[in-house]
Amino acid sequence: MTRVVVSDVARHFGRRKALANVSFTCEPGDIVGLLGPNGAGKSTLLNILGTLLSPSKGSVTYGENAASDGAELRGRIGMLGHDLFLYPELTARENLTFFGQLYGLRDVPRLVAGALEQAGLFARADDFVSGFSRGMRQRVALERALLHDPTLILLDEPFTGLDQASTAALVSRLRNRQQAGCMIVLATHDLDIADGLITKALFLIGGKVVTDPGGGGALRQRYHAAVASVAA
Amino acid sequence: MTAFVRVVWIVVKKDITVEVRSMELLSTTIFFAITVVLMFSFGLVVEGRAVQDVAPAILWIAIAFSGTLALGRTFERERQNDTLRALLLAPADRPAIYVGKLVGILLLLALVEIVLVPLVGLLFNAPIFAHPFRLAVTLAAGTIGFSAVGTLFAAMLVRARSRDVLLPIMLYPMTVPVMIAGVRGTAALLQPTPDLAIAQFWLALLGTFDVVFLTLALWTFDPVMTD
Amino acid sequence: MTRTTLYMLALTAGMFAVAPFIINAAPNEATMGLVYKIYFFHMPSAWMFLIAAITSGIASARFLFFKKQSADGWALAAAELAVLFGAFTLVSGPLWARKAWGVWWQWDPRLTSSLVLFLMFVAYLLLRRFGGPGSDKLGAGMAIFSIANVIFVYVSVNYWRTIHPPTSVVPTLPVEMGIPLWFCVTAFTLLFIVLLRLRARLEHQRARVEALFLAEES
Repeated sequence: MTRVVVSDVARHFGRRKALANVSFTCEPGDIVGLLGPNGAGKSTLLNILGTLLSPSKGSVTYGENAASDGAELRGRIGMLGHDLFLYPELTARENLTFFGQLYGLRDVPRLVAGALEQAGLFARADDFVSGFSRGMRQRVALERALLHDPTLILLDEPFTGLDQASTAALVSRLRNRQQAGCMIVLATHDLDIADGLITKALFLIGGKVVTDPGGGGALRQRYHAAVASVAA
Repeated sequence: MTAFVRVVWIVVKKDITVEVRSMELLSTTIFFAITVVLMFSFGLVVEGRAVQDVAPAILWIAIAFSGTLALGRTFERERQNDTLRALLLAPADRPAIYVGKLVGILLLLALVEIVLVPLVGLLFNAPIFAHPFRLAVTLAAGTIGFSAVGTLFAAMLVRARSRDVLLPIMLYPMTVPVMIAGVRGTAALLQPTPDLAIAQFWLALLGTFDVVFLTLALWTFDPVMTD
Repeated sequence: MTRTTLYMLALTAGMFAVAPFIINAAPNEATMGLVYKIYFFHMPSAWMFLIAAITSGIASARFLFFKKQSADGWALAAAELAVLFGAFTLVSGPLWARKAWGVWWQWDPRLTSSLVLFLMFVAYLLLRRFGGPGSDKLGAGMAIFSIANVIFVYVSVNYWRTIHPPTSVVPTLPVEMGIPLWFCVTAFTLLFIVLLRLRARLEHQRARVEALFLAEES
């Protein structure tokens, strides 16, 4: 996958407009930040990028081929969903093993052990996910998303519930993936963390992309300026 | 082909693992089915004697009701944490995921029927051991038909509003042939003098229904689940 | 509405206005006397019910498999007409049965199969109405299943009970009875086509209004 091109994408649910005229490009090595208030359409856009939703208008192109579903494409996308995509009745190890096998990976036990190690949850590997705190679940869900070494990484609020150490670990993980040439799109409220991490900022307000007022200031200021420009 | 079977097996294994932990679905569904049998018995048994052919009818109604509940709750589990989306996100063949969920429900209903058939045999003095193999095959064929349509509809409704009541509204008229064939076929086997030819006819109808609707479900699962 | 639809509507209205007179002119039947004449409305209605159901099934398949957006409007319109004509069939049938054979309902195969198919399309409408966004696709799946099921429902109900007059009644009808029958069939067919076009157009326009609303810059 050489790049992802989002072209004039719109999505509505019945009469509710979730997204309108969204266009951007994501190149290898990009970390695109989707920033916006609740209900701005960030999750919807991530779902469209992950082929879970089809756009009502416009298109998403992955690499050279136009998007459609296709098992091969899905195999190269990793997603950390808003609702985590984990089975609470299974242990952390079982969750990862299940998805590893479902994705047809080789040597699943070794991959799973490595993932648990990375998440710092090796000691709790055989405890049920239902007993985990939000932060711990987030870490397992992240490993689930990255287990198959995807090229396009989609993250919905990945920093929720993470403490300092985990946040730092995640940031360095993403930077590592970025070096490896992956494309990352992450939706977040956390402007301060995003500031140091993202290469492109996409302000999504009311389903529409608001142009970055620029000026090279801190992300927080640019974001507030963007919000203000819409309210005006 | 093997990839398909592998995915089915993985999904079934996961569902069994989840269920074995709490046995919630199995125990409550079995108990519910027993309650249905009793409720209908109270309605249909007059002066201590059952109306003729009431045993197969009650059996199949209990299967239909408990099957509908079990389907709803299986997919409710996949709705929590949006894991159904995670399954659709995987590079696995989507019809394989459908078959995986179907096999899971079939296993659950098989266990329910293992309890129900002797119960019905006991309560109504039905000769369930006269033709046990044919009876088992008829039950299997009917349960497959019912579950094939039910699994598709339940999956379709996961993100719909009013999904609890819409499932039975959609499923019951659609599975009328299964009910009729199942009840008539079972009745032919449980009669004082079993009529094997008639039982055979209804079994053939069930088999045809199963093949047609399984195929249709496999075709429509992907287009209907892509949002 | 378009000019053709207007002409068809006028023709249909005219035919229905004339129909009672033509029916009146037909002779009374040997055993059932006057009562059988409800058949002139009951049978075409039953045919239109089945045709509407099949139309809805085919349109749903086009919508679901070939992604033709407009097909959804036709599917919904045809489903509503299936419920309409189905209701008429299921009311006129028992009325006839009561007078001709003394009972309202006898579980005969054709009427029972019609009831089941009718329920399937009522379920379809309930799904479309209450299922929330995305229920157009779900409804399409259901309509396809309903049509595939017609033969199974019929066969299973048929071998369960049989009382309905055999289908082959039609070719053996004397000419005097044949004329009002085919007149009514034509009238009902025109009615079905007119209503289908009007309703489908309404649905397509609703979809266009919604698209315009969504395209509007807020």
